[in-house]
Amino acid sequence: MARMKFLCDADRCIECNACVTACKNEHEVPWGINRRRVVTINDGKPGERSVSMACMHCTDAPCAAVCPVNCIYTTADGVVLHSKDLCIGCGYCFYACPFGAPQYPKVGNFGSRGKMDKCTYCAGGPEADGSREEYEKYGANRLAEGKLPLCAEMCSTKSLLAGDGEIIAQIYKERVMKRGYGSGAWGWKTAYRETIES
Amino acid sequence: MASFARFIRLTLSGLAFLLVISMAGPCGAQQINPTASSVNEQQLLQEFDRIQGRVSIPDQRSGILIQPAGREWREFRDLTLRWIGGITILGMLAVLIIFYLSRGMVRLESGRSGRTIVRFNSFERFVHWMTATCFIVLAISGLNITFGRPLLLPLIGHEAFSDWSQWAKYAHNFLSFPFTIGVVLIFLMWIAGNIPNKVDVDWLKRGGGLVGHDHPRAYRFNAGQKAIYWIVVIGGGLVAATGYALMFPFYLSGIEGMQLAQIVHSIVAMLFIAAMLAHIYIGTIGMEGAFEAMGSGTVDVNWAREHHALWLEEQNARTSPRPQPSASAAE
Repeated sequence: MARMKFLCDADRCIECNACVTACKNEHEVPWGINRRRVVTINDGKPGERSVSMACMHCTDAPCAAVCPVNCIYTTADGVVLHSKDLCIGCGYCFYACPFGAPQYPKVGNFGSRGKMDKCTYCAGGPEADGSREEYEKYGANRLAEGKLPLCAEMCSTKSLLAGDGEIIAQIYKERVMKRGYGSGAWGWKTAYRETIES
Repeated sequence: MASFARFIRLTLSGLAFLLVISMAGPCGAQQINPTASSVNEQQLLQEFDRIQGRVSIPDQRSGILIQPAGREWREFRDLTLRWIGGITILGMLAVLIIFYLSRGMVRLESGRSGRTIVRFNSFERFVHWMTATCFIVLAISGLNITFGRPLLLPLIGHEAFSDWSQWAKYAHNFLSFPFTIGVVLIFLMWIAGNIPNKVDVDWLKRGGGLVGHDHPRAYRFNAGQKAIYWIVVIGGGLVAATGYALMFPFYLSGIEGMQLAQIVHSIVAMLFIAAMLAHIYIGTIGMEGAFEAMGSGTVDVNWAREHHALWLEEQNARTSPRPQPSASAAE
């Protein structure tokens, strides 16, 4: 079974935000929620880098571990999904997540945050694949159609890679070999407890 | 001739311009490594504990890219807190059961006099019970967040547990308001009787008369009650402050502040629950004649003499000129 991961090659990201837009459009993400975002570090200074970040679908996911109602689970593909029917909007996943992925539609509304929303790796939720309920709660299920996440598919510079962890790591290693430099797979150490040696 | 001189001048200045352009242009095309000066993930994490940048979307909080501190918080929430809670609450229950089995109820040694004296007026009792009811609901719904998943979820299943937890969370959020008001009122209305003094030292030295048949003298509140008072005021203040920080995310702090708030909130809450178990015990089955104080608001004069002798003297001095407790209090 494939182990799905994201990898953002920061040396190629041009901060065009196409991944952010693609995600919002594909899943009709509610206003105010960004399942994916592009963060620019050292903006405007020498050595500036942009990194596209969403849920990293961690190995031994901290959000799933701290959820008081156990509504977050990992699929056979290594994708971390959750059930909005079971979620009570307590905010614990959001304290535990190293990547700021979980978000709530009603931040600051007397603690009734509403159901948590986060990147699904374009894999929907616990409902039947491609069903209307699934689309309304979680957005499109591209994985069930044999397609990869749209953010990575749309990436204009192929900076954002999605797919089986070993394959995308291999692609990244080859790039680094060819061009002679690479600033590493951002977030991998925190999410998967491994880095790509190059 | 003038036109020829102008032509020469123009040509010369044109050549000079081209020379300047060529000098200012790219100096050689040697291979450079763009990552040599670029930001480095490991270095940033070591330096700042988290990586932050700029985002172009309106949600500026999403500018925090990586923040691995959630891992330590997870350890606390899933392991440390469960041990702290388990040990303090079950430990307190065990101590109370052992104490009850060995000591039994603290009896009214001189029996009932049949005359009563007012101990808490209706407003005091209302505030006490409002705070107490809120506390019980808050404690149960809070314990559900920490212990529900391993203990209750396997028994009642996912759907039922989520429904219950959702309501428990609403109750927890909304009852925090009357609870906080109760804590503030308790602080204000009983502060006068709860300043520690010399009598408390003697009371504590004699173990509060819990063991044996000793009856150390006390004013309106003895050292044990003062301890409960300060636990309620300080503990209640801490859980309220940290609780509101969690209820209104990002108003006071970022994620790291909320992790800290949750740690303080949950540890104080566990200790608070353990202390309240002892308070409930001594106010009900632990001592004969104690519950009436908060129940009907009056206590037997003999109870007052045994447990709060100095307070009884004060009350008598105030209500009648005679040194003996008068019947007026019972009327």
